[in-house]
Amino acid sequence: MLALSLVCGVGLGATGMGWGQVLRLMWAGLSGGSLGAGDVGAYTIVWEIRFPRVVLAAVVGAGLAAVGVAVQALVRNALADPFVLGISSGAAVGANAVILFGALAGLGVWALSFSAFVSALAATLLVYAVARSPLGLSPLRLVLTGTALAYGFQAVTTVMVFGAERGEAARAAMMWLLGSLGGATWPKVPLAATTVLAGWLWLKLRAGALDALSMGDETSAALGVPPHRLRRELFVVTAAVTGTVVAVSGAIGFVGLMVPHLVRMLVGASHTRVLAVAPLTGAVLLVWADILSRVLLAPTELPVGVVTAALGVPAFLLLMRRGGHALTGR
Amino acid sequence: MRLDIEGVSVEVAGTRLVDEVTLGAATGTFVGLVGPNGSGKSTLLRCVYRARRPDAGVVRVESEDVHRMAPRAAARLLAALPQESAADFDFTVTEVVAMGRLPHRERTAAGDRQIVLRSLEQAGVAHLATRGFLSLSGGEKQRVLIARALTQQPRVLVLDEPTNHLDIAHQLDVLRRVRTSGPTVLAALHDLNLAAAHCDRLHVLHGGRVVASGPPAEVLSPALLAEVFGVRAHRVRHPGTGATQFLFDPLTP
Repeated sequence: MLALSLVCGVGLGATGMGWGQVLRLMWAGLSGGSLGAGDVGAYTIVWEIRFPRVVLAAVVGAGLAAVGVAVQALVRNALADPFVLGISSGAAVGANAVILFGALAGLGVWALSFSAFVSALAATLLVYAVARSPLGLSPLRLVLTGTALAYGFQAVTTVMVFGAERGEAARAAMMWLLGSLGGATWPKVPLAATTVLAGWLWLKLRAGALDALSMGDETSAALGVPPHRLRRELFVVTAAVTGTVVAVSGAIGFVGLMVPHLVRMLVGASHTRVLAVAPLTGAVLLVWADILSRVLLAPTELPVGVVTAALGVPAFLLLMRRGGHALTGR
Repeated sequence: MRLDIEGVSVEVAGTRLVDEVTLGAATGTFVGLVGPNGSGKSTLLRCVYRARRPDAGVVRVESEDVHRMAPRAAARLLAALPQESAADFDFTVTEVVAMGRLPHRERTAAGDRQIVLRSLEQAGVAHLATRGFLSLSGGEKQRVLIARALTQQPRVLVLDEPTNHLDIAHQLDVLRRVRTSGPTVLAALHDLNLAAAHCDRLHVLHGGRVVASGPPAEVLSPALLAEVFGVRAHRVRHPGTGATQFLFDPLTP
């Protein structure tokens, strides 16, 4: 399903091409084979623009979905998503400093990602410092701190956008806030993929502990899973993966919130199963959302967050109405 | 295995909730903890099943300090039924009970399934196996959580108000089942008649201190009940079982 989606993602776009040609060019890129002079233009589109973009979409979707599961267990709140800890709004401050004021120009094409990542990390540390208490990280304090600081960061971002002189830059900043995979290049893929994969593997190993944690702190402790230590670890993993994902794609909403719920409705609450299915679901969803964002109003691109919502909301509501779900209390 | 609580104190925001409590439970016995609301029963039990570290004192299982053991190693010896019964997501009853296998190494899927089935039966909830935990009544949840604790195959079982939410038949049933399930039990109970009928020994907690210890018939004197619980108690003999039971009046009518 994911492989098929990836091929479709490469095949569909503003410039039409035959499927045979697309497959041949993808294979040429993967195997390092040669191609004729007539294919060079198409090859550039397929290999340099679309393919990395689609792969990045899959990586980002998988990462957001996995981290969404982690955050919902971390703050014990079904409405939490990866951005509830203030990470994305923190990243937006850094990203907009680059987009609007040309900060960090010395880093060239990496300035945006780097700045977003660093400010995401700074925001995370700030949230952690404020939310911690002698009794450890309490879920409620985390949510409240994250939400409060997110409003603060958003205010800073808004002031920056209004203060910017160039209207076009403000539009670019807006686009970044809504999330986009338009800046995808091959060099961005390995780092993001490694972080997402490592984060996901860590979560998979802790699946049983996450089950225990969601039964409450006392139960968790009695089952040999110290809740405060697990929460600290979860916080670090969440921050690293979210920070990386946001750095390469901006704040793409909905995936991290809804995919975990969607998957729970399909496979049940056990984290072992949820963590096996959620990243794949997130990847497929985001690849298709990205395809639609490019094709629907071609050559204009829609923000991908708009499409994830347009695809996800009906699917989610349909499933919720059809089957029992913990959120709705049956 | 023996459970020993030695000089345990807990202080929260300057208030001593538990004050140098020392008590023990011999291997295989059912030991009750009684006391009025706020006397420190739950706080003391939380120190035993490691939800909280005591500010002073030690909790030992056989001579080993449970707070110095690796979390999972401690959870293989000690299981608990805490007072909270939260669940953020809708696990099935079987999934909840299977969580009791978490601390164990060298598990097999088949072995786990068998142990889970046995605990479901021991707690009398086998018929609920495929239900969603969140759809259960309070009493059913309580029995499922007892099944989870039994699935840990503990040597010491800590129960905080195990009869909460249970109807009278299930109160008697659960205590009988737990008693015959094997481990040493330390249970906080608020029903003094249940405590008198089921416990080998009782410890009475008042203001965070142990004010009396011993076999129920000796400990629960009308004088002590008046002092600690503020009630007038009449001791009667159960005509069927011969156990000591109490009838209560308020002290000041």
